[in-house]
Amino acid sequence: MSTMSNSLVQPQVESLATAGLSQGDVSDFFALLKPRVMFLVVFTALVGMVVSPSNVHPVVAFVSLLMIAVGGGASGALNMWWDADIDAVMTRTRKRPIPAGKIQPSEALAFGVTLSVGSVIILGLVSNWLAAGLLAFTIFFYVVVYSMWLKRSTQQNIVIGGAAGALPPIVAQAAVTGHVSWDSVVLFAIIFMWTPPHFWALALVKSGDYQRAGIPMMPNVAGPDATRLQILVYTILLAPLGLAPVALGFGGLAYAIIALVGGFGMLALAVQVYRLREGEPAMRVAQQLFGFSILYLFLLFATLLVEHGFGFFRPVFG
Amino acid sequence: MADRKSHQSLTPEEQKRRRSRSLALALTLGVLVLLFYVVTIAKLGPGVLQRPM
Repeated sequence: MSTMSNSLVQPQVESLATAGLSQGDVSDFFALLKPRVMFLVVFTALVGMVVSPSNVHPVVAFVSLLMIAVGGGASGALNMWWDADIDAVMTRTRKRPIPAGKIQPSEALAFGVTLSVGSVIILGLVSNWLAAGLLAFTIFFYVVVYSMWLKRSTQQNIVIGGAAGALPPIVAQAAVTGHVSWDSVVLFAIIFMWTPPHFWALALVKSGDYQRAGIPMMPNVAGPDATRLQILVYTILLAPLGLAPVALGFGGLAYAIIALVGGFGMLALAVQVYRLREGEPAMRVAQQLFGFSILYLFLLFATLLVEHGFGFFRPVFG
Repeated sequence: MADRKSHQSLTPEEQKRRRSRSLALALTLGVLVLLFYVVTIAKLGPGVLQRPM
């Protein structure tokens, strides 16, 4: 990886960096943290906290959330360090700080390792070591299991790797309660099951990009039709799973309605993706599913946040 | 090699970027100090300041 990525950075930056001078701006280092992914991590972790009854001090909860965010950002930086070579050949990622020549791979590595170690230690000291261990496992899973191993070797990469993105609610619950319950496991399962249809919808549209980078995404290996079937199967599993918080009693009336309507929306789009296989309409509906999947997950978690964080919880049963 | 560069004059753009990195680092350290102080008070309570001598 490093040989190829080193050859991709701009020669001028290389010479300045070897002279010991970083060329990165603060915004470049911030971009290494994958702010949009970090927002999703913070958001889902916050929901994991508010659905968990605890009497932890708000400052401790805030710092725990901050450390989960920093840990998530650190794994993003380490992912960019490892994937600099493939980021350089994909249109979606070629402007990232390392392929753009703004930050050296070694800087990103040092930045990512420092933040990883720092966030895990501080989370352990501030909350508890179960949460810290889970955060360390999340970073390890995303960087080593997903980025270094699965991403380039199997078409199931994002299915298994999706576990890393689904873990923040569990880490957050552990941080404020000291244990892991079914509530956060269900939130984990929802994100885990949501990941394949979300990413494969994008992969259908961007299959050329992944092909060029040599990443074995489902559409490139099993073909677009097999991918469409898999998207449909995962969505059929996801829609009822979205209602599991209602069955467990921590999803209220508003959540039940959102999960029901959103689940039908996801199913309708997944069926459309399965049926439309040729030309522009096929691409358009895949793009729509990708966009709607983001809205669906956001609404599910936002509703839980409003119900529990602002006292709007109305039980469905009893 | 770092010494060699330190003797060279930096361009205004390089100086600006180095300054912004230094400020961000200083701010991060300051926030960390504040964070540790506030967390200590939150975890141990204000009674930590009123220990019998």
